[in-house]
Amino acid sequence: MRETFFQQVLKRFNARKSSVISLFIIISLILLSFAGPIFLPYSPDEINVDAILLPPSTLHWFGTDALGRDVFTRIVYGGRISLLVGFVAEGIAVIIGLILGSISGYYGGKVDSVIMRFADIMLCFPTFFLILSVITFLEPNIWNIMIVIGLTGWMQIARLVRGEFLTLREREFVLYEKVLGSSNFYIIFKHILPNALNPVIVSAAFGIAGAILTESALSFLGLGVQPPIPSWGNILTSGKDMMEAAWWLSVFPGLFIFVSILCYNLVGEGLKEALNPKYYK
Amino acid sequence: MFYYLSRRIIAMIPVLFGITLISFFIINLAPGEPTDMQVELNPRITPEIIEKLRKHYDLDKPIHVRYIKWLKNLATLDFGKSLTPDGRNVMDKIKERIPLTITINLISMFIIIIFSIPLGVFVSTHRGTIRERLTTMLSFFFYSIPSFWLAIVLIMVFGVYLGWLPVSGLKSLHYGSLSSVQKFFDLAKHLLLPILVASVGGIAAFSRYVSSNFDDVIKQEYILLARAKGIPERVILKKHALKNALIPVITILGLSVPGLISGSVIFESIFALPGMGQLLYQSVMARDYPTIMGMLVITSFLTLIGNLLADIGYMIADPRIKYR
Repeated sequence: MRETFFQQVLKRFNARKSSVISLFIIISLILLSFAGPIFLPYSPDEINVDAILLPPSTLHWFGTDALGRDVFTRIVYGGRISLLVGFVAEGIAVIIGLILGSISGYYGGKVDSVIMRFADIMLCFPTFFLILSVITFLEPNIWNIMIVIGLTGWMQIARLVRGEFLTLREREFVLYEKVLGSSNFYIIFKHILPNALNPVIVSAAFGIAGAILTESALSFLGLGVQPPIPSWGNILTSGKDMMEAAWWLSVFPGLFIFVSILCYNLVGEGLKEALNPKYYK
Repeated sequence: MFYYLSRRIIAMIPVLFGITLISFFIINLAPGEPTDMQVELNPRITPEIIEKLRKHYDLDKPIHVRYIKWLKNLATLDFGKSLTPDGRNVMDKIKERIPLTITINLISMFIIIIFSIPLGVFVSTHRGTIRERLTTMLSFFFYSIPSFWLAIVLIMVFGVYLGWLPVSGLKSLHYGSLSSVQKFFDLAKHLLLPILVASVGGIAAFSRYVSSNFDDVIKQEYILLARAKGIPERVILKKHALKNALIPVITILGLSVPGLISGSVIFESIFALPGMGQLLYQSVMARDYPTIMGMLVITSFLTLIGNLLADIGYMIADPRIKYR
């Protein structure tokens, strides 16, 4: 029996153990942060003066912070924010990139040069500088952060999609559709876009890793998610000022940021090999 | 070549114009006014004084008028005065910060190149071995490690627990009383961790890039020909393959400029280094509009220059490409 394309991709992805394990870890992290709280005995912002800065123990796995809050509980709740921000922010970037890239590559000409010039200009800004400048003038809540990260991250995807469109629009199946009198909208979304998605999926996996990094860096600098709402970045900030007294406040939240970024990158690498014809064997 | 370069520079003008436009509008469309900070801090402020302040900063004029006025000043590198209490010239403030950030970034770029090229070649020439897999996995680790966390862990280990290195600032308190050799070592000690943090991710990313280029080059026919001629493998790798594999790396070096500048915000604020990144952080915290605008324009201008230099490097490195 012949395998479908999807089966082939799955097979190639499964061949990379590190990517499969990473995917498993990501799913576990998501499950932990959304379903975990049901099983936790502590609340993330319950202040306990009898348990200030306790080192890790069987009672408090990752120790407690300066207000006696359980660090493991806070990390679990923080995971909701950090993982959600990564997903939604990259989702926004992908949607903008798909739309602008499709229009640019399909129509070409003046529209193309305007959109691509705009992308060039956006790429000149050091992204983190741009995000920092914008975020100060907005209320630093997670929605604004997601939108700003998304709005500054679409350029690469737009370029990829445009490149795919430039070759695909010359193909015969597009010509047939044009002869049949199909609308441009229908041709773009029904016929060309599905064929242009592979590099976008790969880029999106790396993009989620980047968005998680950006959010945690912003929260770490005090410009992202605001306490008392926990996020991995702002728990790390509280640890920065207490390195001598409480190493666990710096080590554990950073470890979670690191592991999720690593896993998304490894999944991205696995997808790249599974989806890219260059690696077909 | 001269013709190509001048055309390339002329093409930069609309991009530069776009940069100023975006910087200006982003910051002006945001809610809140630059006078808020001064107003909030001063209990004796009256509506008349607020009006005067707004007039002073041209906030009473429509936005396009302000933009054109700002652009005119920009042409003479005048970004206006900072809104922080010191009220200094923005350009002066930025100017004194540029050398440190550029020095650190140049040193780390140098370190990145020195380490990533042999590492990339090693990975590419040892595909499939356990050592290669280990190296690849390690480079993934270092590529994914958040720089601010790495900085904190390093400070904790080398600064707090071992006490080998200073944890913040650029100079020791007794810097003035040191001899010039001691001064150099004092600076080096303070910059060791920041440069390490700035380079680690770059080494991982670049070595991966070098190795994937090397993979492509080694499959080329001229390599096969060189092997057929009986040229020793070592010479093939060094002379024929490496040179060709490094050409695209030049472009990536140029493109990495904005990333490096972005990174300086993080390590300069953690290590309390008085560079551009720290200035941006401070200006953002103080809502210092003119300084933020100036920083955005200058850093994106540096990016443009980086791309131009990369193009020139590419031209020199690859004689196959004729520019007209």
